[in-house]
Amino acid sequence: MSLIESLPKVRKLTVPKADGLLPWLVPLAILLIWQAASVAGLVSPRVLPAPSDVARAGWKLLWSGELGRNIWVSFWRASIGFLIGGSIGFAFGLANGLSQLSSKLTDTTLQMIRNVPHLALIPLVILWFGIDESAKLFLVALGVFFPVYLNTLHGIRTVDPQLIEMGRVYGMTDGELFRRVIFPGALPSIFVGLRFALGIMWLTLIVAETIAASSGLGYMAMQAREFMQIDVVVLSILIYALLGKVADSASRLLERLTLSWHPAFSKH
Amino acid sequence: MQQVLRLPVSRTEVIDAPDVIRQAEAFRSQRKPSVTPAKFETRGLPLVIRDLRKAFGDNEVLRGVDLEIPAGQFVAIVGQSGCGKSTLLRLIAGLDKPTSGTISFGDAEARAEDIRVMFQEPRLLPWARVLSNVEVGLGRDRKAAGAHERARQALEEVGLAEKRDQWPSVLSGGQKQRVALARALVSGPRLLAFDEPLGALDALTRIAMQRLLERVWADQTFTAILVTHDVAEAVALADRVLVIENGRIAEDITVDLPRPRQRGSAELAALEGSILGQLLGPGPTG
Repeated sequence: MSLIESLPKVRKLTVPKADGLLPWLVPLAILLIWQAASVAGLVSPRVLPAPSDVARAGWKLLWSGELGRNIWVSFWRASIGFLIGGSIGFAFGLANGLSQLSSKLTDTTLQMIRNVPHLALIPLVILWFGIDESAKLFLVALGVFFPVYLNTLHGIRTVDPQLIEMGRVYGMTDGELFRRVIFPGALPSIFVGLRFALGIMWLTLIVAETIAASSGLGYMAMQAREFMQIDVVVLSILIYALLGKVADSASRLLERLTLSWHPAFSKH
Repeated sequence: MQQVLRLPVSRTEVIDAPDVIRQAEAFRSQRKPSVTPAKFETRGLPLVIRDLRKAFGDNEVLRGVDLEIPAGQFVAIVGQSGCGKSTLLRLIAGLDKPTSGTISFGDAEARAEDIRVMFQEPRLLPWARVLSNVEVGLGRDRKAAGAHERARQALEEVGLAEKRDQWPSVLSGGQKQRVALARALVSGPRLLAFDEPLGALDALTRIAMQRLLERVWADQTFTAILVTHDVAEAVALADRVLVIENGRIAEDITVDLPRPRQRGSAELAALEGSILGQLLGPGPTG
C-alpha cells in the first residue's frame, strides 16, 4: 500500500521536468543537421531546400492566407469524413458484436469490401462524384470505416465472458450490461481502431486531394510541384507529419481520460 | 497439491491417536438426519433438492442428487475435479438450468438478491472503482437511496473501507477477493454460494479469508454452500461436509465441533484424514 501511495512521488523525483520535451529531441536534431548540411552545401537546394527556406515559404503562404485556407479545407474534409465513416463503422461493429443475426447478415459482405484497396476506387469515385467535396468525403469515410468496424467488433467479442456472467448473476438488464460491462470492456480495442483510422484518414485525404481537388494541402503540394516550388512541397510534407502527430496526441489524450483504470494507461 | 502434502500428516495421526479416529468414525456413522434445529435466529434460506440431474450432451454430470439443507447451515461440498460439485453449485445459484429434478427454497420466496455467488476469480469490473464494484451487488436496489451507504458498510465488513476509491488493479489477490465478498454480501443475501473462492490465494491469505468467511457467516446468518477441493478448509469451516462422487452424494458428514475451531487440532485432522481416505480411494495414492 505504501509503495503504491509513494509511486507518484517517485515518478516526480526520477523524471525531470524536461520530460515533455524529450520526444522532440530527435526531430529537432534532424532539423539542425539538415540545416547545417544545407548551409555547408552538402545538399543541393534542388533536392532538399534548407529548413530555413521551407520556413520562409511557409511564412509567405501563411501571410497570404493560402496556407491557413488549405489546412482548414483539409482539416474539415478529414473530420467530416472521419465522423461519417467512424460512426457507421462503430454502429456496424456494435451491431455485429452484439447480434448473431446482424453478424451473419453483414460480416461476410463487409469482409469482402474490406479487401478492396479503397484508393483503387478513385477512378470510379471521380466518375461518380467528379472532383466535388463528396468524392473526398466518401473516400475518407470508406477508409476510416474498416479499422473502426473491425476493432469495435473485436473489442466487443473479446469482453471477458466471466464478467458478463457476473453482470447477469447480479441482475443487470441488457442496457446496464452494455453500459457497465461490454462497452467499457471493448473501449481499449475501440481506441486502437480509432488510432489506425486517424492514420488512414490523412493518407486517404492527401492522396485524394493530390489526384482530384482544387483546394487543400494535397492540392497545394501538387500545384507547387508543377511550378517547381520544392520548398512548398517539403512544407506540405512537414505539415502532414505535424497534423498526424496532433491527431495521434488527441486520441491518446482521450485514451488517458477514459482508460485511467487500465494499468497500461495510468502510468504516463 | 495441498491435499497431497497434508496426507502424510493425517496418516501419522492415524497411528498416534486411534481413539480420535474412532471418535471421527462415530461422527460419520451417526449420519444424523440432515435437518438439525438451528441454534440461533437465522434469516438464511432452507434448500431442498430432489432428484437433480444435469447432463451436458451425453455426459451426465449429476445423476440424481437429493439434498436438504436447513436454513443457516454452513455446508461444504468436496470431491475430485470433474465430480460435478461446481455444476451442483451453479444449478443452486441459478447459473445453469437442471436437466431434470427440482431445487426449492422451502416455503420462503427467494428474490434474485437473496441468492449470491462468489466465484473462484474476483470478477471485479476493472473500470469501476472499488465502491462501485460493491454497488453492483445491490442488483435492482442499486439506484435506491442509501445504496452508497450500504456498499460502504459492506466494504467495512471486509476491512477495506479505505480502498473505496481505488481501481481494482492496484489491489492484491486477497483484497480483490474481499471486495468480491463485499459485493456478494451487500444485498444481504440469504443464501451464499462459494465456488472455490479461496483456491487461487496463497496459504496465509487463505487462512485469513477463511476466518473472515466464518465471521461474516456467523454475523449475517445466511445459508452458506462452499465448494472446495481443500478438505482441511471444508472441515474447518462447515457444519456438514458432502462428498460427491460420480455425480451423487457419496458421504454426508456432520462436523459437530465447537467454533471457533482450532486449526490443526487432532479432531479436525482425523476427520480430514478419513474424508481424504474416502476421496482418494483404497490403496497407495499420491
